[in-house]
Amino acid sequence: MNIAVVLRQVPDLVETLDIDRTGTALDWDTASWIVNECDDHALEQALLLKEAGGGSVTVVALDAGDVDNTLYTAAAKGADRILKIPLDDPTPPAPRAAAALLAQAIRTLDAELVLVGVQAHNELDGVLPPLLAAGLERPYVGVIRGVQPGAEPGTVTACKEFPGAVMARMQVRLPAVLGILGAEQPPRYVPVSRIRAAMKATQFEEPEVTVPARDARVTVRRLYAPASAARAEILSGSVSDVAARLVTILAERGILK
Amino acid sequence: MNPETSDGGLAVLEEIGKASDGASPLGCMQCGLCAASCPLGYAMEFPPRKLILQVAAGNLDRVLGSPAIWMCVGCYTCSLRCPRDIELTDGLWPALRDRSMQAGHQPPAELQETFQNLFKYGNTLGKSPRQRLDWARGLDVPVLDLSKERRPVDVLWLVGCYPSYYPRNQVVSRAWARILTRLGVSWGVLGAKEKSVGECERMFGEEGLFETLVEQNSKLLNEQEFQTLVTLDPHAYRALHAFYPRHGAWYPVQHYTMFLAERLEQLRPGLVKPVEATVTYHDNCCVGRRCQCFDAPRALLEAIPGVKLVEMQRNRDNALCCGGGGGGMWLDGHIVAHGGHRLSDERIGQAAETGADILAVSCPYELARFEDAAKVKGLEGRLHVRDIIELLAVSLGLEEVPAEPS
Repeated sequence: MNIAVVLRQVPDLVETLDIDRTGTALDWDTASWIVNECDDHALEQALLLKEAGGGSVTVVALDAGDVDNTLYTAAAKGADRILKIPLDDPTPPAPRAAAALLAQAIRTLDAELVLVGVQAHNELDGVLPPLLAAGLERPYVGVIRGVQPGAEPGTVTACKEFPGAVMARMQVRLPAVLGILGAEQPPRYVPVSRIRAAMKATQFEEPEVTVPARDARVTVRRLYAPASAARAEILSGSVSDVAARLVTILAERGILK
Repeated sequence: MNPETSDGGLAVLEEIGKASDGASPLGCMQCGLCAASCPLGYAMEFPPRKLILQVAAGNLDRVLGSPAIWMCVGCYTCSLRCPRDIELTDGLWPALRDRSMQAGHQPPAELQETFQNLFKYGNTLGKSPRQRLDWARGLDVPVLDLSKERRPVDVLWLVGCYPSYYPRNQVVSRAWARILTRLGVSWGVLGAKEKSVGECERMFGEEGLFETLVEQNSKLLNEQEFQTLVTLDPHAYRALHAFYPRHGAWYPVQHYTMFLAERLEQLRPGLVKPVEATVTYHDNCCVGRRCQCFDAPRALLEAIPGVKLVEMQRNRDNALCCGGGGGGMWLDGHIVAHGGHRLSDERIGQAAETGADILAVSCPYELARFEDAAKVKGLEGRLHVRDIIELLAVSLGLEEVPAEPS
């Protein structure tokens, strides 16, 4: 099975996020980037499928957000090809534009299955996976927690999570796009010596794509940190004291009549 | 070479021996002194002696997949007692861990996170590099950030990960900054540019990560002009002293106990405030057992008026490890899950047996490990854990004044 995996970079929340002078965007000069966690799981799931049934894994990414180390790590883990889509702007585009670019690149591949993280924390105007599926004109199933080779040729068995921790096991006919929430096992660790070797040996392919106009996007009017509210009140004393105080607070807030 | 045959296994051991400082593991006579000396040997499927035996017998893959590979805490007891001088701690264990990962075995999850933090952020705690200097916030002495303002200094202090980020260790860092200033030496730090020195990563067998950190650190250090590199971390001292030179990076380095002991007479007139306490000292493994530096920390403690120094039954060469070295700091869960125990819990009991009020330490890991152990063993409030720096700072009148509660 030939699988395409989308890897996105997102701002790393280890850093304090600063707002730039315009007051409408993050200050990218002080931000650092990290691979989107769900995409990392998508890669792991793809590698597990390849190990189970053969085929190839091709990683597709936008050249944004210091993506190179993420791509070398993917190569070290076992990705067969790396497609890095060139951009004129080093910050990742919004999901609609990103989906259009990724769809163009993935169309050049003979990929029966496309795996992409079901969400990313910096998505403002919709989530990317269904937009990508629409761009590829393929069916989409999201919130997937594990994929296995299907019982019939041309299918996979996907485990989908519903609210309330209800799980469904479903047969998905390929080609398809799956939005991955989690792989069957945590993303594997790869020794740094292998990443260093991949840095020397890996060649990124740059597919030819047409950069769509960035006019269809959400306009941010103001970006701001949440204002701190009143401090928490720590209740102490005996159980009956605490219970009485709780009742008073709930009544004061109009929750208890 | 097929490592799953006896000939192949012997070839692996020969290769490991050639890459280490000690004698070849092929010379092992299976005396068992290493296994008997290992503080966690009782819980290991393959203690050092059996590791060698199994590899020699062609069972490399079984060894590489064993949880035992991740149970060495780098105390050096086996290496120093081995009658054949086989370098087990710095040679055999890291080499087999490296082979384990290269063969596709996954290190324990808690360790993977530490590796990833180091590769991504240059520190074990997964903190922002921009917060490296947070320990100095509100400090009453100036801190020269050499990454921003390059100038010759007497001391380049490599602050280290825990002293930079971990709140308990930050108290020690501030005390150390005041002591350095009191000594009248010019000193600076590398600020946000500093990375972990990487000793524990090397012992994890993550040689690629260690090489990456050596390259990054040596590039930074080579840009600076300093007389002495000083570290609070015995593991960092060991790496800079013994392993950086192998990568062409040689620096005059001292652990802080060595640095201060050389300046004790300069320090002594200021040691006026008594610390009325019975103190016992825990010898860390890297500066103590491995580098045989036992007198410097004791000289510092004995110079403090009021301190009555008592020894634990196991001290100096024979001191029990705290369990935090060789990656053990991030392997407690794995070690306990496979039948071991936290050595720090055992060690603090030995400290309590002396009747001491204070357990003095000189390693950043030990504050957290022993303060946790004191809670586990019901010794909190009875046996206090203090870095030697903190005790010196009290006596010098440089201790931290707790902020008024707001």
